[in-house]
Amino acid sequence: MTHYFLRKLLPLVVVLLVVAAASFLLMNLLPGDVALTLLGNEATPAAVAQVRAELGLDQPLLLRYLHWLADFMRGDLGRSYITQVPVMESILDRLPVTVELMLLSQGLALLIAVPTGVLCAYQAGSRIDQFANAVAMLLLAAPVFIIAILLMFLFALKLRWLPSTGYVPFTTDPVGNLAHLALPALAIALAEWPSLFAVLRADMIKTLQQDYIALAKAKGLSPAFILFRHALRPSSFTLVTISGLQIAATIAGALVVETIFGLPGIGRMLTGAVYNRDMMLVQGCVATISIGYVLINFGVDLIYALLDPRVRQ
Amino acid sequence: MTFVADDPGRETSSAIGAPRPMVVRDRLGLRFWIPVAWIAIVVALAVTANLLPLPGPIETDFTALSTWPDRTHWFGTDQLGRDILSRAIFGARISLTIGLLAPALGLGIGMALGMAAGYFRGRVEVVIVAAMDAVMAFPGILVVLAVTAYVGASVPLLIILLGILTVPMFMRVARANTLVFAQHDFVLAARAMGATHWRVLSLEILPNVVIPMLIYALLVVSRIIVVEGVLSFLGLSLPAPWPTWGNMIADGQVDLATLPYIPFIPAALMFLTVLSINLIGERLRAGTDVRGSVL
Repeated sequence: MTHYFLRKLLPLVVVLLVVAAASFLLMNLLPGDVALTLLGNEATPAAVAQVRAELGLDQPLLLRYLHWLADFMRGDLGRSYITQVPVMESILDRLPVTVELMLLSQGLALLIAVPTGVLCAYQAGSRIDQFANAVAMLLLAAPVFIIAILLMFLFALKLRWLPSTGYVPFTTDPVGNLAHLALPALAIALAEWPSLFAVLRADMIKTLQQDYIALAKAKGLSPAFILFRHALRPSSFTLVTISGLQIAATIAGALVVETIFGLPGIGRMLTGAVYNRDMMLVQGCVATISIGYVLINFGVDLIYALLDPRVRQ
Repeated sequence: MTFVADDPGRETSSAIGAPRPMVVRDRLGLRFWIPVAWIAIVVALAVTANLLPLPGPIETDFTALSTWPDRTHWFGTDQLGRDILSRAIFGARISLTIGLLAPALGLGIGMALGMAAGYFRGRVEVVIVAAMDAVMAFPGILVVLAVTAYVGASVPLLIILLGILTVPMFMRVARANTLVFAQHDFVLAARAMGATHWRVLSLEILPNVVIPMLIYALLVVSRIIVVEGVLSFLGLSLPAPWPTWGNMIADGQVDLATLPYIPFIPAALMFLTVLSINLIGERLRAGTDVRGSVL
C-alpha cells in the first residue's frame, strides 16, 4: 500500500502544479486589465501604471507565476481588491461551512443510496425496484436549485419544521447548526442520489450472479449477511469512483444551495466575488476549490486501492 | 437500467418459449412519444415566440402586479407585472440555444479528437487523452464562473465555454466507439484497397460512430440545460431584464412563501424539458446500446 501511495504521489504533484498554473493563467491571460478594473475607466495612465507596478503586473508572466506560486505555498493569496482582507483569511473563515455542508450531503447521499441500491438489486424487477428507478429518473431531471426551492417551500415555509435561511456555528449551537444545514444538505444529497443508486444497483446485480454468492446461499447464510458482507464490497468500486467525481457536482450544488439558503460558505463568497469582479478573491477561491477537488479524487483513488487489492499491482 | 422493463419488445425477445418468440416488436411507446411531443411544443413556441399574441417578456402591466394565473395571464404575472407565460417562452429560447449549440460545438471537436485517438492510437492517443484528463481535472463550473467574472456573461461566451467543457465527454465516447469499429474487417478491407486514412475515417468509421454520438449528445443537451439554469439562477447568464428559466426562478424565490407560482412555473417547465430529453435519450440508447444505463 505504501508503495502504491508513493507511486501515485508524483503524478499528484504534477496535476497540482498544472491546476495551480491553470488558475493563475485563467486570471492573467483573459482580456481586461485588472488595474483598470480597480481604478475605473476614468483613471489616468500614470495611476494605472502605478497600480500595475504595485501588483507586479509589469513583470514577465513566468516570473509572476513563480512569485504567485511561492506566495501560494506560504498560504498568501493576496488581498481582496474590495475589502482589503487577506484572501486566505476569508477562505479559512468560510471553509468550515462548505466542508460541513459537503460532508453532510455526501454522507446523506450514501446513506440513502447504499440501502436502496442493495435492496433494488436484490429485488431487481420488483415493484419496489421499478418505483425506485422511476424516482431516480425524476430526480435526475431536477436541477439541485429546483429541489432546494421545493424543499424550502415544503419544510421551511409551509410546514415550518426547519429554518429557511441563516446559519449558526456548530460550536455555539450544535442542534441549530444541523437544523440550518439539514435542508441544504438534503437538496444536494437528493440531486446526487440517482447516479450513486444506479451504479451501485447495476454493479450489485452483476455481483449477485457470481458463483460464490450461490455458494453462500447454499450454505444457508441469511440474505442480509450475503448482501452486506459478501456482495457490497466487490460491488462498490464504481460507487467509490463516482462519489469522488460527484464532488464536482457537489461544488456546483454548494454554489447555488449556499446562495438559496443564505449559508456563509465559500460558494456564496465566490458568487459574490464574481458579481463584484473581485479577481483576487475569485482566483483564490478557484485555486483552493480545484486543489481540494484534486486531493479528494486522490483520496478516492487510495480508498479504491484499499477496497480492491488488484488495483495496487 | 430497467427504465424499459415494461417494453413489450424486450420481454418477448429475451424469454425463451414466450408466446411470440420470433416476433421482436420494438415499438417506441408512449414513454417515448409523449416526451417527443413536449419537446416539439417547447421548440415550436420558442421559435415562434415573436409571432405569438402575448405581451412582451419585459413589458410591465402595472394593473396586474403579482396576479395568480387567470384567463388574461395564463401563468400569472410576476412582481413587476410581466406575463410569466411570455417570459417562460422567451426563456426557453435561451435554454434551448445554449443547450443545443454548446453540445454541438463539443460534439464536433470531441468527435474529431476521439476518432483520431481511437484510429491512430499511439502518441496521438496519449496526447489527446492526457489533454482531456487535464480539462476534466478542473471542476467545470468554476472555469465558467471565473471567466464570466472577468469578461462578463453573454450567450456566445457561454456556448463556447460550455461547449469546450463537453469536449472530453464526447472524446471518450467517440474514442471508445472508434476503437471497436477500427478493428472490423471492413476497415482492413478498405485499407487493403488503398483507401487513405481520411477516407476510412470519414466513409467507413464516421457513419458507425455518429449514431451513438448523437444519442449521447441528447443526454449532454439535458445536462447543459441544467448547467445554464444554474448559471442564470446565479445571475451569470443573460443579464436582466431578459428572461431565462434560471433567473425567473431566482427572481421568484424572493416571494416563495406568498407567490410560489412565480418560481415553480419556470421550474416545472425546465424539469419537464430535461426529463423529456432524458427519457428520449434513454429509450434511443436502450435500442442501440446493449450496455444500457446513462448513469
